[in-house]
Amino acid sequence: MFRLVNDPIDAGSLRCALVCPEDGAVVIFEGIVRNHARGKGVRYLEYQAYESMALHKIEEIGAHARNEFAIRDIAIVHRLGRLDPGECSVAIVVVAAHRAAAFDACRYAIDAIKKIVPIWKKEFYEDGEIWVEGPT
Amino acid sequence: MSIRVLFFATIADVTGKREMKLDASAHANVASIYSRLAQECPGLEARRASVLCAVNSEFARPDSPVHDGDEVAFFPPVSGG
Repeated sequence: MFRLVNDPIDAGSLRCALVCPEDGAVVIFEGIVRNHARGKGVRYLEYQAYESMALHKIEEIGAHARNEFAIRDIAIVHRLGRLDPGECSVAIVVVAAHRAAAFDACRYAIDAIKKIVPIWKKEFYEDGEIWVEGPT
Repeated sequence: MSIRVLFFATIADVTGKREMKLDASAHANVASIYSRLAQECPGLEARRASVLCAVNSEFARPDSPVHDGDEVAFFPPVSGG
């Protein structure tokens, strides 16, 4: 399951949708909005995406994770639009027979999302706002 | 030939728009299209070293060819997650 959504992400229901009796491990990663960045208080964030490409890249990451790691399935959901501190911006759920592959696949997926999925966040502070740019 | 150009995040702020149509020459590539955009929008030149490009939703290089009907997107390094 790979999605871009505008509404809050419920990682618990993602987990329930994915886990099967043959699984021995489920690893859930949630990225959440911090209330501080660059030494300033963050009021909220806005995420913008090149949606068609972002979904295509998330699907590629999911397919690669299934091929490279001994996992049974993976779900990735990224939220767009305005998010307040404490809200979940991205959730990854990996299910596998054993924990090592689930941890490895989950780590691979979040690292790849931060490198190749065309999504950008704008941080809004009390005194202004900036687009965050990843490393080149 | 006609292409659709998309801009995101800081690049959209520099151009002042999210998308436009462009008539490009037959042998256009990503770099030549960016140069043409930079003529109309000089702020783009300073971003040339860091800007990323995709053609039809796949990452592209400066020398990647662009064809009639393609969708070309320019954007800064990603910061999702």
